[in-house]
Amino acid sequence: MSLDVILRVGTKLLLPFILLFALYVQFHGEYGPGGGFQAGVIIAGAVILLTITFGLNVAQRIAPSPVVQFMVPLGVLIYAGTGVAGLLTGRNYLDYSAFAHHSAEGHAFGIMLVEAGVLVTVAGTMTAIFYAFVERGR
Amino acid sequence: MALLTLLAVIAGAIVRQRSLFGVVILFSSYSFLMASVMMVLDAVDVAMTEASVGAGVSSVILLAALHLIKTRETRPIRTQLAPLAVSVLVGGAVIWGSLALPPFGDGDAAIHRHVAPRYLREAVTETHVPNVVTAVLADYRGYDTLGEVTVIFTGGIGVMLLLQGARRRDSAPREKGKETA
Repeated sequence: MSLDVILRVGTKLLLPFILLFALYVQFHGEYGPGGGFQAGVIIAGAVILLTITFGLNVAQRIAPSPVVQFMVPLGVLIYAGTGVAGLLTGRNYLDYSAFAHHSAEGHAFGIMLVEAGVLVTVAGTMTAIFYAFVERGR
Repeated sequence: MALLTLLAVIAGAIVRQRSLFGVVILFSSYSFLMASVMMVLDAVDVAMTEASVGAGVSSVILLAALHLIKTRETRPIRTQLAPLAVSVLVGGAVIWGSLALPPFGDGDAAIHRHVAPRYLREAVTETHVPNVVTAVLADYRGYDTLGEVTVIFTGGIGVMLLLQGARRRDSAPREKGKETA
């Protein structure tokens, strides 16, 4: 417990930057490399790092198991629901033109929503799988 | 070329390695090398995914799985001649098939002349998203990405059911007393 001071302090210092980088990857994915998938994995990586250094209980205070498990279907729902919005306005499924007056603006908004869905599912799934392994291993 | 040689060396080491812990670490470095290869090929999005998923999360999950099972590979029971023959046959077929591919980096290849020029030309005006990769993934090929997300969802649910379902049966009062974990 007393020998891993460097790990604990290092983790505490790194975590905010990891999360910030995940957000950067998510929202800068429209301009540079990145997107929901990569950002989701980075967020899951932050939670996994927290679990490894501080233990499952601390991590689950911040990212409780039920919330993580709820994120898994929620992301798919966000993605699929974005597609349905196109259907409701008489367009094709996953046609994002409906979100704004200008078609291209709507597409940009739709892509953002869809990427958010990917982020939620990927982060939730990776964390949930890791939690499942850790709980099984105890 | 140096990267590809290193990849081959690591692949050989993975085959030789009997300690599964070593295999996981080697897999992780293989993924990092693969990410570097993708960087060299200018596929930054793929490189990022490979580095974060292949080298990062999947190594951690494999290590967590190792925590639950034995960490040494057992000696094969049967002779390995038949698998060797299958590998050589399939590998030979793949190499034979790749001979008919267009030359590497050929701009006139069929795959570069179908929809790719239209995406490159129209993506920014149609979607206002400067990164064409994102535009193609989330918009033009939205169905594919939806399928991808569904695959992740299904995989995650499957793993959770496998691991947690077994635990619940364990902790439930045993009726026959014969069940083993």
